[in-house]
Amino acid sequence: MFACIFIPDFSAQALIRFEPELRARPVAVLTGRPPLEKVVALNERARQRGVEAGTTKSQLEAWENLVLRARSEPQETSAHAALLDCAQSFSPEVEDTSPGTVLLNLAGLEPLLGSLPKIARDLAQRVSQMGLEANFAVAANPDAALLAARGFSGVTLIPEGREAERLGDLPVDVLLESFSSDAEEAARWVETFDRWGIRKLRVLAALPGVPVSERLGQHGIRLQKLARGAVSRNLRVWEPQLIFAESVELEYPIVLLEPLAFLLNRMLEQVCARLRQRALAVQELHLNLELATTQPQDYASFTRTVASTLTQTFTRTLRLPTPMLDAKVFLKLLQLDLQAHPPGAPIVKIHLSADPARPRALQSGLFQPVFPEPEKLELTLARIAGIVGEGRVGSVELLDTHREGAFTVRRFAPVEPAPAAPAPVKPKVKQPGNRKEDMSMSENGSAYRVDETVEENAKENAQEKMSAVIALRLFRPPLGASITLREAKPVRMRCLEREDIAGEIVWTAGPWRSSGDWSEQEGWSREEWDIAIPAKSSCQLPVPSCQSNEREPATGLVLYRLVQDKISGNWFVEGTYD
Amino acid sequence: MSASPVFLSAVVGRPFIFSSPSSPRAIAEKTANRTAKILAQVGAMPKLGAVVPASRLDVRLAPEMVSSGIPQLDSLTGGLARGCLTEICGTASSGRTSVLLFALARATERGEVCALVDASDAFDPASAAAAGMAMSRLLWVRCGEKHPSRKPPSASWKNRRGNPPCQRWESQLGQMLKVTDLLLQSNGFGMIALDLGDIPVESARRIPLASWFRFRRAVEHTPTALLVLEQQPIAGSCSSMLVKVSSVSPQLLGNRPAHSDPPHSELLDQFEITAELLRSRLERKLERKPVQSTASFKSRAAWAG
Repeated sequence: MFACIFIPDFSAQALIRFEPELRARPVAVLTGRPPLEKVVALNERARQRGVEAGTTKSQLEAWENLVLRARSEPQETSAHAALLDCAQSFSPEVEDTSPGTVLLNLAGLEPLLGSLPKIARDLAQRVSQMGLEANFAVAANPDAALLAARGFSGVTLIPEGREAERLGDLPVDVLLESFSSDAEEAARWVETFDRWGIRKLRVLAALPGVPVSERLGQHGIRLQKLARGAVSRNLRVWEPQLIFAESVELEYPIVLLEPLAFLLNRMLEQVCARLRQRALAVQELHLNLELATTQPQDYASFTRTVASTLTQTFTRTLRLPTPMLDAKVFLKLLQLDLQAHPPGAPIVKIHLSADPARPRALQSGLFQPVFPEPEKLELTLARIAGIVGEGRVGSVELLDTHREGAFTVRRFAPVEPAPAAPAPVKPKVKQPGNRKEDMSMSENGSAYRVDETVEENAKENAQEKMSAVIALRLFRPPLGASITLREAKPVRMRCLEREDIAGEIVWTAGPWRSSGDWSEQEGWSREEWDIAIPAKSSCQLPVPSCQSNEREPATGLVLYRLVQDKISGNWFVEGTYD
Repeated sequence: MSASPVFLSAVVGRPFIFSSPSSPRAIAEKTANRTAKILAQVGAMPKLGAVVPASRLDVRLAPEMVSSGIPQLDSLTGGLARGCLTEICGTASSGRTSVLLFALARATERGEVCALVDASDAFDPASAAAAGMAMSRLLWVRCGEKHPSRKPPSASWKNRRGNPPCQRWESQLGQMLKVTDLLLQSNGFGMIALDLGDIPVESARRIPLASWFRFRRAVEHTPTALLVLEQQPIAGSCSSMLVKVSSVSPQLLGNRPAHSDPPHSELLDQFEITAELLRSRLERKLERKPVQSTASFKSRAAWAG
């Protein structure tokens, strides 16, 4: 059995899907070059008020409260993609018949999804959740299902063998619109059949075969078989391309962030809903904004100049550390990003796409160290970047070079540690004799002696290796200094930017010379000294004289790293040992 | 089947053995007998003659302590407290930054994600790497200008950024406060360190006490240890522990004049750091030995081997 999903007035439905508030109002979709726009699609409310397809824009002025929208191919593409996703969630064999029409193969799905009526109802519910109103039909062959979906509204079930009977009441124009190559050919066939008095499929199906072949050719024979619902074929299976994107063209350019956020929220919800149907998450989010370089004063001049307006594209990409699927988080991240990097011009078109990825699977443990939630962490990092600036928040990576202080700040993306395996049980050796030995009891009640000496030595060795390391506090940028040398050794220092970093140098170690990158244009050569000078602070103890022979603790001293740039000859205070 | 033997076995890392199934009545009788025995033992214990129901106890849970990585410091303070604000104060070259980086390094080694809010952009990645820091788990936030000038420093550059110094510190302190609020709200960090080591005392004291109170309340009942590195205590009663650090370099001891020996024979290879516990509001168990107020330990240079 095959099912067909058909969206009547697809162009209007695609627009209304994006603007749900229009569902309760009469809407007409226009296409064509101004001022000769014509109605190409309209919703049921507009049809009830007497609006017809083909009506010109000037004629539409007779209807009040009629909402007019220009046809939007990007939104139609998005709606059709959503329809295909919905169909794929039911059946692996889906045919992309035409915009707004898809066919599904239901063979073998009844044990999984239930009876055919239930499948049809579930399909209807799922499509309705996407904001589309569709007709559904189930039949024994795809073309019969297609005819039934186009001809009957709601859900239609045609039992096998009764296709001719159920399809007989449909008008022939339904058949010709469904299976003609273009509208003009369909109109010619409709006119021909109308002259012959053939207005229903039942009449066409009852004609004898040979005269139909003589007068209408092979195409006529095929149309007759279709009218009987007797054509059997395989589906042209659609291979999904995992592109999750939403687009919207704007009637008026947007200049403020708030209305843009409103539109982005809807687009994000649609993208996330489609990803959720496929059990996927977002790894990267791409936002492309088409900006208008000219700013029209009113709608009329906007439509006149739209063809000649130069546009430029503004692109932002959000790379997420882990796959996520939260529309609110994405919206907040996009808002923070656009606040930090505004487009700079009015926006006329928005295109949002997501790169899918498998959602992360985590198995937490009771004894796992605390770890931040990726969604919260991403938002926090974006907010912090807005405060301190891009590139000033992240994790540090040291570069593989001999140049001092070479590092880069990377995006902070910690990896959650895997649950630790339980520690292996150490084999214990039973030692006879001394009751004063340390005894530990096992579950079975037998006694063991723990070898403490080896463990203590191992602990001491580990502690030695793990002792604190002298840290350096850097001055960024390094502070310029004026140095007095004696016998090529610095004996007095005065920092040009900090008055408290000055004085006689009471202790010196060095120099240590290093240089590098001579093959590059940025060669460097430096000479480092470790020096100590008295600290100039009221809270410091008096400094003992360096000439004294008494053994006194040298408090009140500050240790600095002094650097001379051998290329320029300048001296700098690079940092403090602390 | 009770979950307690399974849980206990998982904790101690031993395989658990399921006892043979028995009837529910037998299991209930066995459980009742065991409970009665335990209660009898508890009642017989001299110190627990009267067992007070938990609902009548005014229990204040002691915070979980984590090691700073320095055993002498841990024996002095009991470790660093989670859910509390700890101040580490000291002057320049007192060893405070070494203590801070080592504590962060040990936390990252435990698998925790840590954050360092660097108010004066003084963090040295090479020193952190030498301390054993897992760099991928340390978030470094550099307060300061959003787009610092790339102009190379020159000896005649007297006023670095053209702003009065007090305005520059206030701007950086403002960034530090906002960033700390965000980090505390996001949760999930094992340790957050605020480095105010180079901020002048008069500027640091301008941080309102309300901010410190807010930080303390934000970090309470969370597994995050909040450390503040400063020149002098500034958080007042909001901090649960205050440690003062000072150091002496053995190379600077001695009775020989400083300028007689060639400088290339000298090497800065270690500090002797003394930590003094000035204040602790954490409840500690009574110990047989008197509670010590200072502890000394060494920090070695990365090139010392």
